[in-house]
Amino acid sequence: MSTYQHCQVIPFTKLTLKDLHELCSQRHWSITQVEARAIQAHFKKLKREPTDVEMETLAQTWSEHCKHKTLTSPITYKERDADGRTRMHKFGNLLKETIFEATRRVNAPQCLSVFEDNAGVVALNAKWAVAFKVETHNHPSALEPYGGAATGVGGVIRDILGVGRGAHPIANTDVFCVGPLDFGGEIPAGRFHPRRTLRQVTAGVRDYGNRMGIPTVAGALHVHHGFLHNPLVFAGTIGLMPRTVITKSVAPGDLVIVLGGQTGRDGIHGATFSSAALDDASPTSAVQVGNAVEEKKVMDVLLAARDQKLFRAVTDCGAGGFSSAVGELGARIGAEVHLERTPLKHQGMTPWEIWISESQERMVLAVPPKNWPLLKALCDAEDVEAFELGTFKDTGRLQVFFQGERVADITMSFLHDGLPRAMQRAEWNAPRPAVGRVVRRANGAALHWPEAGEKLRQLLGHPNTCSRAWIIRQYDHEVQGQTVQKPFTGTHGGPSDASILWPIVVTGEKAIPGIAVAMGLTVGAPDPYVGAVEAVDEALRNLACVGADTRKASLLDNFCWGDMRNANELGSLTRASMGCHDAAVAHGVPFISGKDSLNNTYVDATGRRHSIPGTLLISAICPIEMEQRLTAEFKAPDHPVFLLAPKKPGLASSRAVFDALHSAMEAGHILACHDVSEGGMAVTCAEMAFASGVGLELTTGNEDDGDELPFFEEGVTRFMVEVEPGREKKLLGLFKDLLCRQVGVTVKAAVLRVKDKGGRVLVEEGLDALREAWSATLPRAMDGGEPVRVGRPPVIGLPQGEISA
Amino acid sequence: MKARVLVLRAAGINGDLELEAAFQWVGAQTERVHINALSRGDKKLNEFDVLALPGGFSYGDHIAGGRVLANEVRKLRGLKEFVSQGKPVLGICNGFQVLVKSGLLPGNPGDPQTVSLTFNASGRFECRWTKVKVEGKGLFTKGLPDVIDLPVAHGEGRFVAPDKVLDSIDSQVVFRYVDNPSGAMRDIAGLSNRKGNVLGLMPHPERFLTALHHPTRKKVPDRELGLQIIKNCVDHVK
Repeated sequence: MSTYQHCQVIPFTKLTLKDLHELCSQRHWSITQVEARAIQAHFKKLKREPTDVEMETLAQTWSEHCKHKTLTSPITYKERDADGRTRMHKFGNLLKETIFEATRRVNAPQCLSVFEDNAGVVALNAKWAVAFKVETHNHPSALEPYGGAATGVGGVIRDILGVGRGAHPIANTDVFCVGPLDFGGEIPAGRFHPRRTLRQVTAGVRDYGNRMGIPTVAGALHVHHGFLHNPLVFAGTIGLMPRTVITKSVAPGDLVIVLGGQTGRDGIHGATFSSAALDDASPTSAVQVGNAVEEKKVMDVLLAARDQKLFRAVTDCGAGGFSSAVGELGARIGAEVHLERTPLKHQGMTPWEIWISESQERMVLAVPPKNWPLLKALCDAEDVEAFELGTFKDTGRLQVFFQGERVADITMSFLHDGLPRAMQRAEWNAPRPAVGRVVRRANGAALHWPEAGEKLRQLLGHPNTCSRAWIIRQYDHEVQGQTVQKPFTGTHGGPSDASILWPIVVTGEKAIPGIAVAMGLTVGAPDPYVGAVEAVDEALRNLACVGADTRKASLLDNFCWGDMRNANELGSLTRASMGCHDAAVAHGVPFISGKDSLNNTYVDATGRRHSIPGTLLISAICPIEMEQRLTAEFKAPDHPVFLLAPKKPGLASSRAVFDALHSAMEAGHILACHDVSEGGMAVTCAEMAFASGVGLELTTGNEDDGDELPFFEEGVTRFMVEVEPGREKKLLGLFKDLLCRQVGVTVKAAVLRVKDKGGRVLVEEGLDALREAWSATLPRAMDGGEPVRVGRPPVIGLPQGEISA
Repeated sequence: MKARVLVLRAAGINGDLELEAAFQWVGAQTERVHINALSRGDKKLNEFDVLALPGGFSYGDHIAGGRVLANEVRKLRGLKEFVSQGKPVLGICNGFQVLVKSGLLPGNPGDPQTVSLTFNASGRFECRWTKVKVEGKGLFTKGLPDVIDLPVAHGEGRFVAPDKVLDSIDSQVVFRYVDNPSGAMRDIAGLSNRKGNVLGLMPHPERFLTALHHPTRKKVPDRELGLQIIKNCVDHVK
């Protein structure tokens, strides 16, 4: 056995299973038995033992976090439906056969680079492209909510900086899933109260996003007891790039240049720890330490270098640090690196620590040698550190040196293709009775009108429905001067369905279309297939409301699921993927990127496993012309208000509603549009009304005809619209075979009123009280008191009296 | 001749692109210049007609908002001449903090700091559109109505000063909040020097360049009131 001065040899080839298990847990590797055998066989063939640097490289690159092996490995899926019928299906690669397959079938013209790079890239117009990526940062945010969320934002911004030859980040998105804010029980060891988690993750997103100068424009909050042990943090970034820079290449002889922050002991084993279950001994040193100003400097230099064509390829240092970044960029040729050249935050770091550290704010570039002095000068001028880590070489090997000693030498083919795929078992047993959309009523089967007002206020104040102003106002959603549809709409700030960026500053072109961004979230759906369909529907609904043509939309998926060794949990994930496929195909919209976070499981002191409810976030973007823009608030009194919905269940009918609605918008029939979501049309109507102060009077239908007002009923593809007077017939003409029914009329009085056919008032709620119910929840929960108000309540625009359409 | 505008950059400044765009829209010739280039003398202030300090988090707002950059700006060669020649200096948000902390406001270059901008009364960063009363009649406010809407986005925007100072600078107040989002003393949102050619303000005129930027865009006259403030800087030079 050869001896090394700077690294350790790991006697790996002869390890027994028991020793292997011990070694892995000691070193924070999440290597499975099958993978260990493949590594053993590989090094037996080489007649040597691996070094610690080599083992760490494999552990990072082969981690669930980096390779998504659950979703890309073969799965035997068994399903039993509600009637007891069973069927079986074998997936060779679940992701490829559901999500990618939908994209392939849809074959959308806007797709420029999908599922290849650090983000999905779609065309905006002939000259510009949009890149979009949403990351999860769940495991770090559970251990250290502020740092976890902040570096989640920092990481996804770097994904956008590292897509193609770099995109300009123009907006961020954030979604938080936390435990009950009023939780009164015992907090699990190593965890925080959901209020503290929410306060900290909000601060993390705020401090990183605001300092970067990237507006945080869209998001969601979901509260559920299942997130007590494992809160979820999703962070997304949208970037803009000329279509000429969407590809990257690496040529032999190019220098491996690292740009940005120094390398330290923060963020070691992030990739591997986030691939496994958490317990109270999970290492907080795995969470990185963020510095947004450093990343901003890197961004400025990188984009300038891109425009001067100084580099051929770029990628970010994310999970796995240099090992992943250099390994990925050099995958097709090979690379040689010299770790002792790395500027360090902490002295005495061993080569493997330097190699896999996930210290933030670092980008790796492939730079032709003649450009290196120019790039260095650019960096020096703006106080950005840059150094030459090594060279891309035509060897097909990843060779790592430390002070002249070769501490790792792995073939790229083994590193990237050597990962064995194990067959996994997945099962789905439909609950009985058959799951469908559960129709929720205020009070049993029949709606009890006298209680409806109180019920409505409760629904508006529910943490999953209420105003997120407490969160959103802490984010700068205006920076860059391109946010033309904001998170709030109307004179009094009701919720916006989608935000719209109009990238006039970054492109310098006023003719550029806007980009609408919205999301849909499903948590613990009784049938994950239906949940996935609903999440896609919700994301598209939100886009449709602001006037976007959803046939031009593009989707991102983020699956956050529990214990993947449990066949039922893998089965429910499989079913959700199938739902994503069917919904995307039916709507004709592609998935362009995704990121999963699995094994969101907490093992408590008694060994009990707590998994999160299966959670799927669908994020969607869509180009939109400025003159198409529409907002949700009622515009003026005496306008008819319609409910639009499918008549039949099924995706085809849903699609038809979207198409009819968009035609109606294009024809100018629609003045305001808001989708029916949690809380049914009652919540939708209240939000449209209190956003502007224009009231609404609804009339109940005839119960005997099955035509009663579906006040609290939830369902897919439902919209409330304010219609231009005189256009009712034309609207009806567009909605043949669909539900299109006038349910009320806007009124001058600031009330939401429901009358029966005889004119008797069943419900009457003042808009101020409804707005208050919607606004008070988070301030009360987070600040422990009434809403904090400095000066007057948020009033924007002109006084109410001057509102006109 | 086109007005030559220097948009200042520094580590952590992030509002430079939209401010540059705003100046370009009103016909100025712009250059974004890094503070390092000015400090080293690679670029000179006297090559420009307007100095614009954008928003952001210069040097991470370490110590206090704008403090570190203020120390660099204070030492800039030619700054005193630039101001005394009556050339417009516009500081927005972090730029306002820099002007105040470098002594350029409310006094003259070289003066010690007499007022400050500190943490909002709410204790939190606040981003919202707000109403601002236009008070001063000077080069920056030409063509503005009595009240305008502008977005604010800051954590350290609360204007503070001793009463005596507040009394003495009252005539230099250019903008006052109608619905004070930061708890600023005497509702001060923007302040100029005595001569009227240096303006600092917390709200962001460069984020109100088109009617589409306004949250209730259909209800405002099709006038870009933020852009008007930028245009006034350029018009003054012509």
